[in-house]
Amino acid sequence: MSQNPEDALAAAAEPRPAATGSPFLQVRELRVHFPTDDGVVKSVDDLSFSVDRGRTLGIVGESGSGKSVTSLSIMGLHKAGTARITGEILLDGQNLVGMNPDRVRKLRGKRMAMIFQDPLSAMHPFYTVGTQIVEAYRIHNPVSKKVARKHAIDLLDRVGIPNPTSRVDDYPHQFSGGMRQRAMIAMALSCDPELLIADEPTTALDVTVQAQILDLIRDLQQEFNSAVVIITHDLGVVAELADDIMVMYAGRAVEYSSAADIFNTPQHPYTWGLLSSMPRLDRERTERLQPIKGTPPSLINVPEGCPFNPRCAYAGTNGNLSFTVRPEFRDVGGGHHIACHLGAEDRMRIWDTEIRPKL
Amino acid sequence: MSTQTDGPAAERRLGEDLLVVDGLQKHFPIRRGLLQRQVGAVQAVDGLTFSVRRGETLSLVGESGCGKTTTGRLLTRLIEPTGGRIQLDGRDISHLSTSDMRPLRRDVQMIFQDPYSSLNPRHTVGTIVGAPFRLQKVQTENGVKKAVQDLLELVGLNPEHYNRYPHEFSGGQRQRIGIARTLALRPKLIVADEPVSALDVSIQAQVVNLLEDLQNEFDLTYVMIAHDLSVVRHVSDRVAVMYLGKIMEIADRTSLYERPMHPYTVALLSAVPIPDTSRRERRERIRLQGDVPSPINPPSGCRFHTRCWKAQEVCKTTEPALVELAPGHQAACHFPENAA
Ligand SMILES: Nc1ncnc2c1ncn2[C@@H]1O[C@H](COP(=O)(O)OP(=O)(O)OP(=O)(O)O)[C@@H](O)[C@H]1O
Ligand SMILES: Nc1ncnc2c1ncn2[C@@H]1O[C@H](COP(=O)(O)OP(=O)(O)O)[C@@H](O)[C@H]1O
Ligand code: SF4
Ligand code: SF4
Ligand SMILES: [Mg+2]
Ligand SMILES: [Mg+2]
Repeated sequence: MSQNPEDALAAAAEPRPAATGSPFLQVRELRVHFPTDDGVVKSVDDLSFSVDRGRTLGIVGESGSGKSVTSLSIMGLHKAGTARITGEILLDGQNLVGMNPDRVRKLRGKRMAMIFQDPLSAMHPFYTVGTQIVEAYRIHNPVSKKVARKHAIDLLDRVGIPNPTSRVDDYPHQFSGGMRQRAMIAMALSCDPELLIADEPTTALDVTVQAQILDLIRDLQQEFNSAVVIITHDLGVVAELADDIMVMYAGRAVEYSSAADIFNTPQHPYTWGLLSSMPRLDRERTERLQPIKGTPPSLINVPEGCPFNPRCAYAGTNGNLSFTVRPEFRDVGGGHHIACHLGAEDRMRIWDTEIRPKL
Repeated sequence: MSTQTDGPAAERRLGEDLLVVDGLQKHFPIRRGLLQRQVGAVQAVDGLTFSVRRGETLSLVGESGCGKTTTGRLLTRLIEPTGGRIQLDGRDISHLSTSDMRPLRRDVQMIFQDPYSSLNPRHTVGTIVGAPFRLQKVQTENGVKKAVQDLLELVGLNPEHYNRYPHEFSGGQRQRIGIARTLALRPKLIVADEPVSALDVSIQAQVVNLLEDLQNEFDLTYVMIAHDLSVVRHVSDRVAVMYLGKIMEIADRTSLYERPMHPYTVALLSAVPIPDTSRRERRERIRLQGDVPSPINPPSGCRFHTRCWKAQEVCKTTEPALVELAPGHQAACHFPENAA
């Protein structure tokens, strides 16, 4: 990358070299446990996935399934001493788990950045938007304030803030929700990160503004060839953006495949349940929604066997297996992974005869 | 409880108008300085006219700040309108005093947006759900406790949980507690402000089905406030699309979703993310620029003209009236889409 910050944006627009063998982000057997007075919260329990440069991974799951804990672990943002983290988080081959916090801080902002659901929590109310982008940029780039300010204005313009030359001096509260989200994206992009994690980036926004932000993330990803992880509970959002999708339940991955396969041939009962629960604008209106019964488990007392068994209509299909043995997360063909004891024939039959016709 | 799949209005017996709203307005004064002089007004709701029939579900949709919650608070008379009229069951309730409103509180109830903050954390479920009986001094056949337990059962909660506190329940369960409280006095009209927005999709479906079952069982009339257009299509008989305190379009569900006439409605619908990857390329997208303008100084003429891709000169100067362009389908636009 060019050392001249004036050219930083232009230089960044050139695609990065293609991935050299191993994925840019690789998470292996990640466990994040929080000891509390009530017991150990197993927020993330044996999670593995990877993302290449130029690819977008969507992580979907209900609230409390461990999505944010996963992203905070990657960014090294858990408060010191609160979380017990084991496993590996390899960023371009370097393991972040157990790395000196100062080194992780240097990588954050420079090589990886995060967009949060609530922009106000990521921005300081007493400093102008411009000051915050300038500071974020100057931590990693030894340039004058004037140059950095110009960079900030360019970024605000790039993310679609009108009149960036004057709005750069506004405080966060003077921006609307959508503009704050854009400003935070500008801040995250200030150092042109190679990994961008967006945790529910549009959950608080209206659909029209959500559409603008999703377009923006898509464009920037193509332009910068970054690895992107987008975390959401909205299957519609990942369908718009993701190349691959991982569905999480109770701190674990239950299904992983290409985005197209998740929607066309989902194989896990929990994914079926999510799809059946949602009313859809692209289908005939159904008379009745098909909810998943019950509620997600406490992560202190995760059910024996398959964590989904208390809510699963197919838990009895293989005798006692679902209640006693934890299903392994395995490849069932072509990179499509699931954690479920159902056999291939059962899955095919249930999807074709019971689930798909009712969607 | 009936778990039949009675569809909305078509099959349910719809009665005469229960709620008639005419030119409803709420302007919040903005005061400045030592003397608190009024320097302007937030035109939160600015002239709404619509009616809702008995047994019907009308949804109000629109972007944040367009006046949905304010409308709901007006309809339930938690606040007083600055203009226009609200008639409930033939009676003008627009300016009833708190004491005159009290007997009517039984008929009109509100479910709140946030299941986390709308329940008093220091009260047990029994106290919360039983409060309406006590406030209204209603006699119950086998005592309040039995009545509350029946209600808990009705909304799918364990009657044994009578003595538990809100924090011991999940979001979906808390919303059920709120619904049970709402149902206590057998209201005629329920205004539900984003009743499922804070819930996960699997729980959201449970609560949507519950609201449907209760409507069928008790012949309830709903005004639903929502921003998720997929959920709105599922639950509504009719839909009103709001923008900056005004109704832009109002129509029966099918007509609105299949033949939207107002450009704003068209834009909203095209922005909904569709859970189908094969649609990514094929979809026609209309992208609105920028954000909703301030309701303190709404744009002249058509309020939508600053973001509308069809806007002409006339849109800046002349406000289009909300008129019927097809049977049961009204829109306020000089250049409507899908108009016959
Ligand atoms: N008490 C008040 N004083 C002044 N302005 C108010 C008051 N209550 C609401 N407003 C303003 O009125 C407008 C409409 O608010 P309202 O809460 O009705 O919006 P909404 O459509 O429910 O939005 P959301 O989708 O965010 O819930 C907003 O601009 C809001 O800031
Ligand atoms: N610091 C913490 N201490 C204890 N438990 C936590 C902590 N942070 C998160 N958790 C728990 O971990 C689980 C997963 O949380 P999270 O990753 O935030 O879920 P989500 O998928 O909604 O983002 C939840 O049960 C949450 O309560
Ligand atoms: S392992 Fe059993 S309980 Fe778990 S998802 Fe599969 S069928 Fe259902
Ligand atoms: S009146 Fe004009 S600006 Fe308003 S919606 Fe119609 S075309 Fe657009
Ligand atoms: Mg989260
Ligand atoms: Mg509201």
